[in-house]
Amino acid sequence: MNGFLSKEEWKKRLNRRLFINRIFYILFFAATTIGLIFLAMLLYRVLTQGIGYLSWDFIKGFPAPYPEEAGIFAGMIGSVYLIAIVAPVSLVLGVSTAIYLEEYAPKNRISRFIQGNIQNLAGVPSIVFGLLGLTFFVYIMDFGYSLLAGGLTMSLLVLPIIVVAAQEAIRSVPNELKEASYGMGATKWQTILRVVLPASIPGILTGSILALSRAIGETAPLLIVGAAAAIYSLPDSLLGPYTAMPIQIYSWVSRPGEEWPLVAAAGIIVLLIVLLLMNAVAVFIRNKFQKRY
Amino acid sequence: MDLSQVIHHENKNKPKEEKHVFEVSNLNLWYGDDQALYDINMNIPENQVTAIIGPSGCGKSTFLKTLNRMVEMVPSVKTSGNIKYKGTNIFDPKLSVEDLRTHVGMVFQKPNPFPKSIYDNIAYGPRIHGIKKKRDLDEIVEKSLRGAAIWDEVKDRLDENAYGLSGGQQQRLCIARCLAIEPDVILMDEPTSALDPISTLKVEELVQELKENYSIIIVTHNMQQAARVSDKTAFFLNGELVEFSDTNVLFSNPEDQRTEDYITGRFG
Amino acid sequence: MDTSSTIKKKTLDVQEKIRQNKEKQKVLRKLEKVVPAFLLLCAGFSVITTAGILFTLLKEAIGFFGVVPLNEFFFNTSWRPWSGSFGVLPLITGTLLITLIAILVALPLGIAAAIFLSEYASARVRKMIKPTLEVLAGIPTVVYGFFALTFVTPVLEKLIPDLQIFNALSAGIVVGIMIIPMVASLSEDAMNAVPNSLREGAMAMGSTKFEVAMKVVLPAAFSGVVASIVLAISRAIGETMIVTIAAGQSPNFTFDPTMSIQTLTAFIVQGTSGDTTYGSTIYYSVYAVGITLFVFTLAMNLLAQYIARRFREEY
Repeated sequence: MNGFLSKEEWKKRLNRRLFINRIFYILFFAATTIGLIFLAMLLYRVLTQGIGYLSWDFIKGFPAPYPEEAGIFAGMIGSVYLIAIVAPVSLVLGVSTAIYLEEYAPKNRISRFIQGNIQNLAGVPSIVFGLLGLTFFVYIMDFGYSLLAGGLTMSLLVLPIIVVAAQEAIRSVPNELKEASYGMGATKWQTILRVVLPASIPGILTGSILALSRAIGETAPLLIVGAAAAIYSLPDSLLGPYTAMPIQIYSWVSRPGEEWPLVAAAGIIVLLIVLLLMNAVAVFIRNKFQKRY
Repeated sequence: MDLSQVIHHENKNKPKEEKHVFEVSNLNLWYGDDQALYDINMNIPENQVTAIIGPSGCGKSTFLKTLNRMVEMVPSVKTSGNIKYKGTNIFDPKLSVEDLRTHVGMVFQKPNPFPKSIYDNIAYGPRIHGIKKKRDLDEIVEKSLRGAAIWDEVKDRLDENAYGLSGGQQQRLCIARCLAIEPDVILMDEPTSALDPISTLKVEELVQELKENYSIIIVTHNMQQAARVSDKTAFFLNGELVEFSDTNVLFSNPEDQRTEDYITGRFG
Repeated sequence: MDTSSTIKKKTLDVQEKIRQNKEKQKVLRKLEKVVPAFLLLCAGFSVITTAGILFTLLKEAIGFFGVVPLNEFFFNTSWRPWSGSFGVLPLITGTLLITLIAILVALPLGIAAAIFLSEYASARVRKMIKPTLEVLAGIPTVVYGFFALTFVTPVLEKLIPDLQIFNALSAGIVVGIMIIPMVASLSEDAMNAVPNSLREGAMAMGSTKFEVAMKVVLPAAFSGVVASIVLAISRAIGETMIVTIAAGQSPNFTFDPTMSIQTLTAFIVQGTSGDTTYGSTIYYSVYAVGITLFVFTLAMNLLAQYIARRFREEY
């Protein structure tokens, strides 16, 4: 069979090769599961540590100097308020940008520049957005350490993610549908409004919810633009002080003592449940409106 | 400029017998640097079925899409020459493409209903042109669906999604959608190429009925279909109009050797 | 009215209606011109954001370099801003140390997972594992930070008794776990793009799956894999919460992973929190550190894009 190897030698080599193949199959599989095991451990730890502190009082309570009395209510409401700013701002800007780039932009350098810019913006560390917010919204616009400053900073942070998701959704609308609309004398904007957007809205929504859930969990930029760690009331205006779930969790994590990590874990459970719900909604929308064209 | 006004005016002054819906003269068309149509001259008659045949890549679809300027969806397209629709130059910058397409409707190769209800599909055209009253829309929907011979099949499920229909029904729905704005001309781009034989037959019968009221221009890769449905046939080859005459003349007694080669199946 | 429509015997003349509506539709024509302008304006916001970031960082950093000379910033090995020494090197080594540990974790695990998913796993297994792996990327970083501090560090302490409570090792490992999905999913995309004909060619000559993966798929997908790693490095450099919580706030000029360090990002958090006054040197120093961070990550992102673009042209 082989002029250079004896039959036994060749067989030995083959067996060794098959053995190596087997070993690496196991290694690759093991490597893949390490991430999953880590995830399982993380969830297990958080659950076992936090469940003792998770109670109705914890959900309805405000921050407190003592672990038993601390609650995450202000954080939850603050996060909701933040999303109430981030969602409209980033959706309007993001979807508009996506429509422009997909439907209107001429194939020229300016369009390529905007596109490349969005790609790079998506790679900027979130904390740098915090610095932008600090200078621009907190100081120059003089919003101070307010809900508005935090919300606008977060809007800019998720903007590139929403643009990319919306672009993908818009691009997936088949050309034939647009042709049908143009063929009946519809204008470009009519076609976009009545054909392109309705067909791409499930995709846009799914991507946007995932982007917003990223905003819910984001901590660093909010620390920079001055979300408060201890606050005993709900924000009363756009320019009022506020906190958010991850900020509360961070403040508990960094406190000394045996008990505070357990409070933090309880906060993490609440945060993860919120994220899980948002992701479930996104998956539901995606499955329900799965592309039928 | 208002196309309806112009047509109104033009029609009065023209003797009825020699009416042409399109007068194409010296039409050339390029995709970027590639020329796709060469010096087309052709008068397309009103209220008749005109078939356009030719091997794939001969420019027949391009030509069809030039008539309602859909070809300009490709950004690099350039044209020269002239196309008159009932006397009006369709390339006139004062005339909007939307206006032109309101009068010159189109049915596409693949059935392309919107992912909406059957009712909303038909009402789409009237709605974008500002017809909003429910009573008017109801009337238009019924008339259009009857006109496309699909009313009986769908009248009980107008609220259902159009994607639930079969391919042949979808294509007739698309024809009905096109009828809803009552255009004068219907362009059909290989409308049966994605359909089974029975659905094809239904669409062909429909074309025969529609020519009472509409001028129909149909591109087809199927010579038998052209022979069955059309009054006049044009044969395109390599971006040129080789021959254009009455369908029975073209198929029985073609003038050009190339036409004869094609219809006898020697190439294409 | 044209003749054809009289033949139609219409009860409702649609074209006539359309013509009547034309006046009303005039608004629409105006909209048609206004809308793209509005959309372009929105698209401009992303450009303005980038410009804003550059402007902010540059403006305040220039203020900083008016007080602290450039060579002190880049060559002094001590970062004690509250006592007036501003050498950024300890923060850079801290960041690099974290990044190095993270990549040591994520590179083998991420690529192995990518090979497993693209070469070994059945479609069903892939459909199960991939989304689960991506959950890792969706966990907020503050949660990772908590886990690093309260679980990974105590476990490591049992193995390395000298370990400080805040240390680079624990934070780096957890950052590495966090970026696994990024390496795995981008690398897998690159491997999936390798045409099957290449695999079949090697299989037909009797290669084992492992040999196909190592000698055919990995080399063919190489630039895509490299791009994914470069992007992951960028993520690790910019990661803030894990290192702030678990690696400490001590800007030690060291490569010892058992020590507490401070990264560029962790200093930004420290420098902007609470008592820093607007316009103080510390306030400005945050932006000098910020621009350093920005330049690092931007360079990595551009590099990844460059590599990925070259890769796309191959097939």
